[in-house]
Amino acid sequence: MGVPLNPFVIMIAAALTSNMVLSNFLGMCSFISVSKDIKTANGLGMAVTFVLTLTSVLNYIVYYYILLPLNLDYLRYIVFIVVIAAFVQFLEMVIDRFSPALYINLGIFLPLITVNCAILGGVLFMIIREYSLIQSLFFGFGSGAGWWLAIVALSAMRMRMREKDLPPQLVGPGITMIIIGIMALAFMGFSGMLPVQ
Amino acid sequence: MAESKKTVFLANIWKNNPVIVQILGICSALAVTNNLTNTLIMGVGLIFVTAFSSLTISALRRMIPKNVRMMVQVLIIATYVIILDIVLKAYLPSISKALGPYVGLIITNCIIMGRAEAFAQSHGSVLSFLDGVSAGIGYSLVLLAVAFIRELLGFGTVFGVRVMPGGFTPWVIMIMAPSAFFILGAIIWIARTPIVKKK
Repeated sequence: MGVPLNPFVIMIAAALTSNMVLSNFLGMCSFISVSKDIKTANGLGMAVTFVLTLTSVLNYIVYYYILLPLNLDYLRYIVFIVVIAAFVQFLEMVIDRFSPALYINLGIFLPLITVNCAILGGVLFMIIREYSLIQSLFFGFGSGAGWWLAIVALSAMRMRMREKDLPPQLVGPGITMIIIGIMALAFMGFSGMLPVQ
Repeated sequence: MAESKKTVFLANIWKNNPVIVQILGICSALAVTNNLTNTLIMGVGLIFVTAFSSLTISALRRMIPKNVRMMVQVLIIATYVIILDIVLKAYLPSISKALGPYVGLIITNCIIMGRAEAFAQSHGSVLSFLDGVSAGIGYSLVLLAVAFIRELLGFGTVFGVRVMPGGFTPWVIMIMAPSAFFILGAIIWIARTPIVKKK
């Protein structure tokens, strides 16, 4: 695109109109497996938002200031995933050292995040859409916040579904997919609110 | 021996299907299921990456230190994804463009990591390779089923060829994201019926 969009518009668009999970199918694995309980879902959502915001910026710097000048564009997948993994590892150590309370809440989710498609997906979208540094920061935060919102909403619904009398084949993943489908329909209501997709 | 080549191969396609039974790896690929051609290419790519990374990881399994194995596995997978990306860009540029970031996202597809952890880590190279191929096929079959329904109802075509009669009104919802969730939910529902009955 390369259009000088308002970073704030990008953030809202990433969170609502083109939500990471509901319209781009990113981060589905943990979206389904960790959404059984609202508290854990909240913790993971928070961790994803935090990591996604910072790795977007980090990978922006690595891509435009190291990879492109050296003509190593084709190595970008390896470099991105290494940056993400290293950052998550680093974050885990820092949190463990300075805030044990936060570590208990957030720490267990950090290893999961390295292989969360939403993070790598966010970074790749940022490169493909040619966002600037500020736009990337807002895009990363918006995508993370959208993911957080979606997983908390889904886990709340799943907790209520637990007592319902479902056909046995649908219990678990089947009904979850259908709930996510309805959520995606609801989120489509946001489209048209903003000029970008 | 319980794990002959044939049983390993067949288990992943039906009884232990990665998508239907294990709910793994739907991340990267649902997005391309509104078009059969793209889905097919994605499936073939995924089979390639899963098979060869399983093979490599299994061949190196005695040399990889336990505590950094995740990192090593991710690097091996990323290497094959880069190969796939370059090949696609060279020979199928238009499809490579349509798939966009989703080729790169194969790296974080849980199926590949899952097979590496659950199988390649503890089995021989040939078996791991077959396991990778069949996990990829089992996965692609489900995606192709979703894509078939979406393309047929959303555009009235199959592989780009018109099959629906002239008066057919395309279902716009089928092109959009929610339909993929509904169809996958329905497929899981149908596929689980025999499993539940057995219990």
